[in-house]
Amino acid sequence: MSAMGQAGQPASASAIAESVRAGSTSARSVVEAHLAAIDREDPSLHAFLTVLADDARAGADHVDELVSRGEDPGPLAGVPVALKDNLCTRGVPTTCGSRILEGWLPPYDATVVRRLRAAGALIVGKTNLDEFAMGSSTENSAFGPTLNPHDRSRVPGGSSGGSAAAVASGMVPLALGSDTGGSIRQPAAFCGVVGMKPTYGTVSRYGLIAFASSLDQIGPFATSVVDAALLFDVISGHDPHDSTSLDRPGSRLAEANCPDSAQSVEGLRVGLVRELMDGTDDPVAQMLAKAADALSAAGASVEEVSIPELRYALCAYYLIAPAEASSNLARYDGVRYGLRVDAEDLTSMNSATRAAGFGPEVKRRIMLGTYALSAGYYEAYYGKAQRVRTVIADAFAAAYQRLDALVGATAPTTAFSMGAKVEDPLSMYLSDVCTVASNLAGHPAISVPFGTDEAGMPVGVQVLAPALGEAVMLRVASALERASASLPGIPAAGRASTGRASTGDPAPGRAPGQVGEPA
Amino acid sequence: MGPDDPLELDGRPAPGRAEISEAGVTLDGWEAVVGLEVHCELKTATKLFCGCRNSFGDEPNTNICPVCLGLPGSLPVLNAAAVEMAMRIGTALNCDIRPSSFHRKNYFYPDMPKDYQISQYDEPINVGGWLDLPDGSRVGIVRAHIEEDTGKTTHLGASGRIHGASSSLVDYNRAGVPLVEIVSEPDIRSAEQARAYAAELRGILVATGASDGRMEEGSMRVDANVSVRRVGSDRLGTRCEVKNLNSLRSLGRAIEYEMRRQVDILASGGSVAQETRHFDEVKGMTVAMRSKEEAFDYRYFPEPDLVPLAPDDSWRTRVAASLGEMPAARRARLVELAANASSGPHLEASLSNQVATVVDLGLDDLVVAAISAGIDPSLALARAANEAAANAEAASGLDPSAFATLLGMEAGGKLSATQAKAVLAEMLAHGGDPETIARAKGFEALGDDELARAVREAVSANPAEWERYQAGEEKLAQFFVGQVMKATRGRADGKAVVAELGRLRG
Ligand SMILES: [Zn+2]
Repeated sequence: MSAMGQAGQPASASAIAESVRAGSTSARSVVEAHLAAIDREDPSLHAFLTVLADDARAGADHVDELVSRGEDPGPLAGVPVALKDNLCTRGVPTTCGSRILEGWLPPYDATVVRRLRAAGALIVGKTNLDEFAMGSSTENSAFGPTLNPHDRSRVPGGSSGGSAAAVASGMVPLALGSDTGGSIRQPAAFCGVVGMKPTYGTVSRYGLIAFASSLDQIGPFATSVVDAALLFDVISGHDPHDSTSLDRPGSRLAEANCPDSAQSVEGLRVGLVRELMDGTDDPVAQMLAKAADALSAAGASVEEVSIPELRYALCAYYLIAPAEASSNLARYDGVRYGLRVDAEDLTSMNSATRAAGFGPEVKRRIMLGTYALSAGYYEAYYGKAQRVRTVIADAFAAAYQRLDALVGATAPTTAFSMGAKVEDPLSMYLSDVCTVASNLAGHPAISVPFGTDEAGMPVGVQVLAPALGEAVMLRVASALERASASLPGIPAAGRASTGRASTGDPAPGRAPGQVGEPA
Repeated sequence: MGPDDPLELDGRPAPGRAEISEAGVTLDGWEAVVGLEVHCELKTATKLFCGCRNSFGDEPNTNICPVCLGLPGSLPVLNAAAVEMAMRIGTALNCDIRPSSFHRKNYFYPDMPKDYQISQYDEPINVGGWLDLPDGSRVGIVRAHIEEDTGKTTHLGASGRIHGASSSLVDYNRAGVPLVEIVSEPDIRSAEQARAYAAELRGILVATGASDGRMEEGSMRVDANVSVRRVGSDRLGTRCEVKNLNSLRSLGRAIEYEMRRQVDILASGGSVAQETRHFDEVKGMTVAMRSKEEAFDYRYFPEPDLVPLAPDDSWRTRVAASLGEMPAARRARLVELAANASSGPHLEASLSNQVATVVDLGLDDLVVAAISAGIDPSLALARAANEAAANAEAASGLDPSAFATLLGMEAGGKLSATQAKAVLAEMLAHGGDPETIARAKGFEALGDDELARAVREAVSANPAEWERYQAGEEKLAQFFVGQVMKATRGRADGKAVVAELGRLRG
């Protein structure tokens, strides 16, 4: 029953792809099992805004046909994938969780979507998010919140809460999110799954609806580090449609992180960053201590380090991100697409449309950003924040002179209760305190599930690495993943439907089970 | 100063600055201080940030894609051909080509799909050059930077302006078309000099191959910053920016009007308000559009979707090497060629205007070929600057050797001037070689006997006029030329008719 999920299907992405490519499992049966899981789970979670059952079935049949003809259907053959609803999908609603884009059908696919299709992945739906990815709880969606699969009274984190919940509940083995200040890593931590923000530029942003262009990065959600690497391998690489895109860092990372062959962390120098631990809740701090011990036990040299400059990251982030957002969101003016509220004249139509179409958090950030860029304030706010950004990148660079990777909390707390922070934007912003620095520096970072608090809510440990340091980052993450298997109360990712984690299976994605008993 | 030494530029005195041009028009001791901002559309095959066709006059909203429509999720990718054209313009204007970057200029307008314009701001690609005018004056160039054009809005309703329009239509074919904005120093002192600058700049833009410089079609758009001050003052007065200048004529009229307006205000003790003004072509006056207080706060910030642009030395060298001669050099070459080949002094008076016209229209090759074939420069310039220029587009495709052959036939007396013009018109309209066309038209120059007979017939048919001509009324020669032309259906050569008349008079 190891690695078996929906109705006897293989559960992990790696296992599904291997099994489908080998012809042992049909893509169609994989997709039916996952669509059934969505039918069963989503009404109480609201992770999806759109489910693409027919498209997914058609895609699956195509994959099966390729397999039957002996052609290679791609590295993600038959793997169901969910997309955060800020990734453009041709002819399919793409809302950004906002009323202002209601009814808009993009005429093109994002580059990551094209790459997924080419790799044989099956796009099963579009997931909920905080409006325009602005938020840390998915409560800012205009279409209602997503619930945390581990405790439905709590938030799944955000802004990619729908993608995190979809993977955590076993509705899909993989999902894409976007991370501007922690929007992949924090919900991954809250939902007990792996969430990775790659180096800025390694994944094309073409077709990702922009929040803050210099910070946004698309990345994977998965139930294991190797699955995250597998998805990253597919979506990364240079794209001529994105001027800021880079070439793929190193070789294929999935192979290097396969549980059977994963490289050890022996000899790696890992820094435990004080600024990414201070002020965290006790259960988080305790798990961090255990994580440090585990890495030491695995042969890494672990030392505590301080990077004081990180204390300024949150302030700089909340100037730069809204400033860019205020410009990126100007185009939603009612003239060309999406919502239009008619009015007397053009300016009134623009105002009425934006007043009706945007929610309060989006409006708040547009106002903050407009102010930060205004004549007379630019230098004091935006200009200074950009200088802080350089200081933070330099501080990281100094740390990486001596260290291969850094470790800290992903979020200061485990998932909080629905509604707890809605009325207090500042305390909501503080959820991002451990994650924003990586976005400012453009560096990769990953959140790995590592134990739970006393209420059984997952804790995430974050691994940070220098630019294009995905390989070393994943090595450390894999080591933590292996160590987490021995912890009591390991987060039950997908337990409700897959029965996988409840058995304590230490290495999801290892053996592609062909047929198993229903969980 | 080399390209590796960009810092030195800051300390360089701007060429031609603070020199009061001799052409400066003063109104009761006042002079104008004018700087021009010229937007020029680049003739690239595709737009600045996407692969859509850059083409004027197509069916509305046919050359569009997610990028130039600013659709959510789309990203710009810089067109290298546009960068190269901007570098050609910068090189031709003696600018330093520098590492540069793009900013966003934020303001709401329906013809701007993203509600911001991507433009170069504090780090433009071309910095600090100059442009020499035919009158010998020099106008400094502050910068020539790259930016994207907007779409085009048509307001339906009585006014044709956005206020009071019943509805508006937007064509995004032009959105994202590459522009270079060329900003001059405030070195211009008169309407005449402003027109000369715009004309010379247009010639340079065309010569670089970067633009077709058509003001009427909007591929070259001029805004003027105008202020006035007492002659001899080195202080700058409060300036007004005048927009909607759709021709060289409008540019001159608008500056003259604006000078007069500002001098009247200042002379009566008032002060000029800094504002943007619209030139009303029909009324011939400028009208306030918006004041400084109403000016937009564009909230410029670095465009995060593009990376900095740093053309390397080899690219810059390649661009400089590929640049052809600019109009000033071509004019000088033509004048020298004409002067060397010319015998008669009558050439000089009309020479420089004709040379300017020929170079402006890019017809120098015709004239050079004709003069090289031994044609009198005055004839070559006249046919090129008048008859060929009247159909400049066709003339630019004319085979220079065919043009030279035609003029050789005219000079050798095989064709009369009128016949030569008719053959040239046919060559411009349908192509073909002049000898075949002349034969097909039945053009054969009048033989000497035939001409003499025609003149005698004209004289005997008009005895009163002949008497007055004999009495010394020289202008009647033209009357007889007309009569002979009519009788011979244009086959006579006017000069030969006059010579024959002289001989008859004795
Ligand atoms: Zn386009």
